[in-house]
Amino acid sequence: MYAQMVKSTGKGVKSLEEMEPEERHFQEKVDADIRIEPRDWMPEGYKKTLIRQIGQHAHSEIVGQLPEGNWITRAPTLERKMILLAKVQDEAGHGLYLYCAAETLGISRDEMTEMLLSGKMKYSSIFNYPTLTWADIGAVGWLVDGAAIMNQVPLQRTSYGPYSRAMIRICKEESFHQRQGYDIMMKMAKGSEAQKRMAQDALNRFWYPSLMMFGPSDANSVHSEQSMAWKIKINTNDELRQKFVDQTVPQAEYLGLTIPDETLKWNEEKGGYDFAEPDWDEFFDVLKGAGPVNNDRLEARRKAWDDGAWVREGLLAHAEKKRASKVAAE
Amino acid sequence: MTQKSDPKFEALLRLGDNALILGHRVSEWCGHAPVLEEDIALANTALDLLGQTSLWLEYAGEVEGKGRSADDIAFLRDAWDFRNVLLVELPNGDFGQTIMRQYLFDVFNRLNLEAMKTSTDTRIAEIAEKAAKEAAYHVERSEGTVIGLGDGTEESHRRIQDALNILWPYAQELFITDEVDEEMAKAGVIPDPKSLQDAWNAEVRGALAEATLEVPEAHFGHRGSGKDGRMHTEHLGHILTQMQWLQRAYPGQEW
Repeated sequence: MYAQMVKSTGKGVKSLEEMEPEERHFQEKVDADIRIEPRDWMPEGYKKTLIRQIGQHAHSEIVGQLPEGNWITRAPTLERKMILLAKVQDEAGHGLYLYCAAETLGISRDEMTEMLLSGKMKYSSIFNYPTLTWADIGAVGWLVDGAAIMNQVPLQRTSYGPYSRAMIRICKEESFHQRQGYDIMMKMAKGSEAQKRMAQDALNRFWYPSLMMFGPSDANSVHSEQSMAWKIKINTNDELRQKFVDQTVPQAEYLGLTIPDETLKWNEEKGGYDFAEPDWDEFFDVLKGAGPVNNDRLEARRKAWDDGAWVREGLLAHAEKKRASKVAAE
Repeated sequence: MTQKSDPKFEALLRLGDNALILGHRVSEWCGHAPVLEEDIALANTALDLLGQTSLWLEYAGEVEGKGRSADDIAFLRDAWDFRNVLLVELPNGDFGQTIMRQYLFDVFNRLNLEAMKTSTDTRIAEIAEKAAKEAAYHVERSEGTVIGLGDGTEESHRRIQDALNILWPYAQELFITDEVDEEMAKAGVIPDPKSLQDAWNAEVRGALAEATLEVPEAHFGHRGSGKDGRMHTEHLGHILTQMQWLQRAYPGQEW
């Protein structure tokens, strides 16, 4: 899920008749749900769009370590600390699978990292919001991972083999993350007055940013149409957002928390909730770098990369020396 | 030092506090490591150490018999009641300092746990059995990284040598023996740290030589030690301020 506003070729979707034979062959495989593998022929636009999308997802996992990592040293019990550490460790692992999947398309992890740090590649807007209280760790698991799962479950069937396989592994772990987030919210919502207040405050701050995770309506976007034809996007943003709201509202009710949307109402006819759109101006501002903690996030990643250069160079030099001496011995 | 407290309780606090404070320090790296594989490895190490913490402190609470849980012990004591060595509370410094500290501790931890597998206290033997496997893996990783950085570039060599110079004297504290250790060793519960020193020296000096590093001529000069609570660095109080904050600000809540 952590991919928003991914641009494709920008052109309309071609019909099979308009395609050259190799592209038609490719599209027929996609249509028949046959996975595309790294050695198969694929259109340049498909490859580029996938690199953007998988890269953005990978970067989101990496940057996503920061808001949760923010609470590891302050987690309230040993058990909570361990669960949170394990979760953040999983996210780093997800980043690794995804970078590996993107690398099969001919771009290196280091190149993608440089593009993240220079601002050429994005990560999900959600990680530009701060985690202010312990309840935020619950809200991130419940809402942010919950929204992520909405998008990632269908992506297990995506047309690109390595991406699909990465998604299958990731989905298994994400549902565990969501459950532990909800478990924190349960404890907080049933706890003391202060804890309840923290839980409600976390929901208030994370509700709309979570809805933004799906991106603005893309019902008429050429990029989305193309991505859907390629099966690297399975549902529209609005479909997923609706599904997320419908799933989350009863969970909030069970917790005794109020969704910060006065217009929220069950719509019998459509069989789902009517709800208020998030402030899309805010969304675009955050994407452009004006969110509450954009600077902190990128600064932290740049510092880790720059401060770690000597370590990467040192270990690489050692590996080279070992290889050279092994070759000399042979 | 709390006089005449049960030596087994004291010994368990030393084990638990070393793991807790080092686990805390290592967890500070989360999301900030030099390379993604290290983010994963450091989180894994911290996780293992915190798992060991839970087991040691839970047992410490039972031995003490005052109804304190592992969380009570971890989150509701002040600095003077902590029994960890100074080495583990030192700030992370650069990655070289973090990994060198880890290596010096890991070898000690593995030797200590290996010996405890035959403890006359079956609970301790059981915990050691599980934890020794983790510690063996930690040594493998931290040793490989120390050697790689020592025998890497000029800069990595210089930085990891600097780290060794700072940390070597602190590592000597691991082998100070006092009456708690003597009593535990006599009862066959936990080995006398001194008895591990030769094996530690042989192993660590061997790896440091492979890393082309020079062992400094320095020893631990403090008379009081973190393990008996008579001495700590100023850093411990700040660790506790952060670690214990929620439990202190909102006492008695479920989380």
